[in-house]
Amino acid sequence: MKTLSKIYMALVLMFLYVPIFVLIVFSFNETKSRSVFSGFTLEWYAKLFRNEVIISSLVNTIIIAVTASIAATVLGTLAAIGINSMRKFPKAVVMNITNMPIVNPEIVTGVSLMLLFVFFAARMNLEFGFVTLVIAHITFDVPYVILNVMPKFRQMDPNLFEAAQDLGCGPFTALRKVILPEIMPGVVSGFLMSFTFSLDDFVISYFTSGSTSQTLPITIYSMTRRKISPEINALSTMIFVVVVIVLVVKNLIETRQERILRANGGDEQ
Amino acid sequence: MKKYLRTACVALCALALTGCAAGSPAEGTADSAEATEEAEAQTLTVEDMDYYTRFRGQDISINVYNWGEYISTGADEGTLNVNAEFTRLTGIKVNYTNYATNEELYAKLKGGGANYDVIIPSDYMISKMIKEDMLQPLDMDNIPNFKYIMPTFVDPAYDPENAYSVPYTWGTVGIIYNTSMIDIPREDIDWDILWNPDYADQILMFDNPRDAFAIAEIMMGYSLNTEDPVELSAAANKLKEQKSVVQAYVMDEIFDKMAANDAWLAPYYAGDALTILEDNEDLDFAVPKSGTNLFVDAMCIPAGAKQKEAAEMYINFMCEPDIAYANIDYICYSTPHSAAYEMLDEETRNNPVSYPGDEYLDENTTIFVNLSDEANLQMQTLWTEMKSAEADSPNRWIVPVFLLLCLALIVFTLIRRHVKKKKDIY
Repeated sequence: MKTLSKIYMALVLMFLYVPIFVLIVFSFNETKSRSVFSGFTLEWYAKLFRNEVIISSLVNTIIIAVTASIAATVLGTLAAIGINSMRKFPKAVVMNITNMPIVNPEIVTGVSLMLLFVFFAARMNLEFGFVTLVIAHITFDVPYVILNVMPKFRQMDPNLFEAAQDLGCGPFTALRKVILPEIMPGVVSGFLMSFTFSLDDFVISYFTSGSTSQTLPITIYSMTRRKISPEINALSTMIFVVVVIVLVVKNLIETRQERILRANGGDEQ
Repeated sequence: MKKYLRTACVALCALALTGCAAGSPAEGTADSAEATEEAEAQTLTVEDMDYYTRFRGQDISINVYNWGEYISTGADEGTLNVNAEFTRLTGIKVNYTNYATNEELYAKLKGGGANYDVIIPSDYMISKMIKEDMLQPLDMDNIPNFKYIMPTFVDPAYDPENAYSVPYTWGTVGIIYNTSMIDIPREDIDWDILWNPDYADQILMFDNPRDAFAIAEIMMGYSLNTEDPVELSAAANKLKEQKSVVQAYVMDEIFDKMAANDAWLAPYYAGDALTILEDNEDLDFAVPKSGTNLFVDAMCIPAGAKQKEAAEMYINFMCEPDIAYANIDYICYSTPHSAAYEMLDEETRNNPVSYPGDEYLDENTTIFVNLSDEANLQMQTLWTEMKSAEADSPNRWIVPVFLLLCLALIVFTLIRRHVKKKKDIY
């Protein structure tokens, strides 16, 4: 039974990581072939850094993701604070409305945003590009932030806010010093989630990008007429490595803090 | 709480670092690449400096919309970064974005909102756009380098008076075949080999109706631009006959399948065929003598362009011999530019894959022009019919089976809930 479970585990991990492994291996392939490995080279990495088209769309993608997820985090957190103090029925209604974009197929969101922007483009001299992309990304990011922050309110003692005011806090100070720290884990995970969603969004960006700015997924897609260049393998490998490092560092910090916390707890007892 | 702040900070720093890492070396290498270029003989020389410098200091930018991987980016050492060179020479900033299909380009232009100054559609899309007034006539006085365009490509069928387009690249459609499996001399290979039952299940076919129909139409002696419903259905029947020997209908998977010997025969575009040939020395490419499709991608200015003169300057710049050579060297398609052609090495110039000769081009090839909406629709319908008409296809069962499963699941949950409720009551 134990070996069986181990095999099962190995299978699951294989399904998850073999594709990434293949991608990494072929980023070092000498030729452009995606099926025959003919020799080791770092040439694609060197080419990647000289390829302005890929690099500029990567920089674009990161700038858009950071801007959109920060804006969405602020908007979403404020919205969550508001929604939390609503009465039951309006709360349910508003929550359903905010959840709509998550359930809604991306393509519907994309097309409707495009139509909206076209409508304004004609009237307000709005040009498709960076601005439309950021607005579109904020739009689909906000629900994820709200969804992440709301549970923190449910876990929080509802009397904390009043208690803080009893002890002399103004409403704003109470929000800043008491409420915000309580919901912070939700805010952070909301931010990270919307950041990742912005980073790899294709469908919505496809409809809302324009003549001045395009994101990395669109650049990669546009290569499909010719052949997707191994430079993309190199780039994906680097992104994967960075993500792994961030995760490892995060876990290390967390375990260390937990150990300190436990040690302190032990002292008190 | 602090813990989360710190993780967030770490995450942000890491991202900022990747951003910087990605950003700064790129600039650094770009600069050094430029420096080496200047040191080497690769320096760009243009004929008329005054022409290019007249917009300097005016802070103009143009939006260029091109195919992906369809311009020299300077990624290969010692090559030119065309857009950066243009900015350096003229002071005009280039916003460069990419698309994957002609239809995508058309949709972006029709959708409104996006504003482009230079686009590079293919032949049939150009004639469609001309018909729909989506392009502006070019002022050829601003594009003196048009003189370099080879006579074969002047006044093409898709733009009969050559008022709207300047050809950028071209190519033919031919057959990639595996010489170790198919022992036929290159000259004898013709389209009917794709119907040969001896090679059943080793044949790949285009997965788009226009290119696939063209092959059938050549074999039956029809025009590649036929709109006759009878001829179109006959061509569709021809394709239906082929279906039993076809392994798969694919597009860019052809690259991998042919390189890995998963298939022996495939029709494809000449420029890309050269890339495939590099990966597998058993492969060769034949341009059938009975004729083929000649495709041309040409630079145009869309009707809404805001910087028409700067756009014309960009088109002229793309026709500078050095630039045209750098681009064609990167793309590997064939060039309609006489000076760039002269700069190619002899092997490429004499390669019948890329340059089958003017006589062949004039006599045996046809350029696509736009078909009427009815003909397009009919072709699309016939194509879908042809592809889906398979008796033992599992596809037909997927949808009803899936729906039944969903229904069963719903019924199951309802019953379970009902039973549970009853239990709760007692």
